[in-house]
Amino acid sequence: MAITVKIPTQLRDAAGGAASLQADGETVGEALESVFAGHPELRDRLYQGGDLRRFVNVYLSGEDIRFLDGLQTAVPAGAELTILPAVAGG
Amino acid sequence: MAATQLICRECATEYPLEARYVCSKCFGPLEVFYEHEPVTDVGSLRRRIQSGPQNIWRYHDFLPLEGPQPRTPTGLAAGCTPLVRADRLAERLGLGEVWVKNDAANPTHSFKDRVVSVAVTRARELGFDTLACASTGNLANSVAAHGAALGMDSYVLIPADLEEQKQLATAIYGTNLVKVRGNYDDVNRLCTELSGDRENWAFVNINMRPYYAEGSKTVAFEIAEQLGWELPDRCVVPIASGSLFTKIAKGFAEWIDVGLIDGEIPTMNGSQALGCSPVATAFEQDKDVCRPVKPDTIAKSLAIGNPADGPYALDLARSTGGSIDSVSDQEIRDGIRLLAETTGIFTETAGGVTTAVLAKLAGRGDIGSDERVVLVITGDGLKTLDAVRDSFHAYEVDASIESFEAAFAGQGVGA
Repeated sequence: MAITVKIPTQLRDAAGGAASLQADGETVGEALESVFAGHPELRDRLYQGGDLRRFVNVYLSGEDIRFLDGLQTAVPAGAELTILPAVAGG
Repeated sequence: MAATQLICRECATEYPLEARYVCSKCFGPLEVFYEHEPVTDVGSLRRRIQSGPQNIWRYHDFLPLEGPQPRTPTGLAAGCTPLVRADRLAERLGLGEVWVKNDAANPTHSFKDRVVSVAVTRARELGFDTLACASTGNLANSVAAHGAALGMDSYVLIPADLEEQKQLATAIYGTNLVKVRGNYDDVNRLCTELSGDRENWAFVNINMRPYYAEGSKTVAFEIAEQLGWELPDRCVVPIASGSLFTKIAKGFAEWIDVGLIDGEIPTMNGSQALGCSPVATAFEQDKDVCRPVKPDTIAKSLAIGNPADGPYALDLARSTGGSIDSVSDQEIRDGIRLLAETTGIFTETAGGVTTAVLAKLAGRGDIGSDERVVLVITGDGLKTLDAVRDSFHAYEVDASIESFEAAFAGQGVGA
């Protein structure tokens, strides 16, 4: 089963207007690469120097991947990845 | 207004002054940019500020609003809180001159009324009819109260385990209180997702964030004005997301730039609880980004494990010769008590953090005896009563002189 990647409103213009995309891969990094293959502009928006930009947060089933293994985190089939901008709290 | 646009802090892309908080190119946070007219008559501007209302709208020229200065009766009058000279606290810590900026003295008893007032006023200018927020408690109180004062619907999302006092002091205003099973960072993630779908909702700390954050500058404006248009040498400020800490410095910088005050940005000391200290840890390890943590501290109002303004807070502490320190839960309790016993100000756990860090800096010899130090106290102790529960001895007596005398036998009380 494919992986679902949820796209925030700020990125949808670079994803053909989609609110979510299907992806494949064993890890978060691979899943994102499979998304970039169809929507290359997303890579520039999310990555800087081969890593996620510092204000980009990625969650695997609600957990920040920085608490897991980052881009190397294993992604089970059918899982959901959520991309969100980092926003300060209060 | 003097505000001209929103600018990305990472890549400097410009956007109009709308409900937008993140750069669509690089996801960097957006900040309000101003073009102030050069001040030709400083005395005149100072007098105009001084003759303004006793709330943050006296600084309207430096806030990102289009319309005229809002009439206070239509909202809550935030700001103009006391700056108290704390000689007994200074003496206890071996310091020369300490002032306490007591922001517990706001309408809902925390500094959040400043940021919410600005965010809500801007939200109304932009045509929003519903307020919302992700909160660790103080913001919840303020958004619910502002919604009530202005007749706007509100949705307040909090971690389900928040202190009872903060829940009660939110729900009473008739808001839609939503307790999320998770920590603050979970609440924040949910609200960030929701804000993409609820286009007529003004999430004060998400899509209104650039305006909201500007409200914190008024802490700096007031400190400078209350010190007779002078700068302190050092400020000790709590850090949760890092927004208040960085915006206080921005407030001083703007007034220095326009010539309202002379000098340099004070040394900035950030304060975190050990149980949630991603920024203090990054400072200690000389990193420029913060690794998120899972909070575990009594200082729930500072329990943000993923502080988005952390990188900027680190830059500021380093560039001003300051630091970012953390203190244990016991030090926080001791800090609350120290402030209460020496100043008569009862603060919540966040203020305990700040006071404890001041004590730590003093103990470490970081503060010169000739320095003028401002301690920023952001909230009221009545919000976090559990932190001090069972930490005192009380005398219980019968209603008789004999029983009273017996209780104090040997202490010479009242003699």
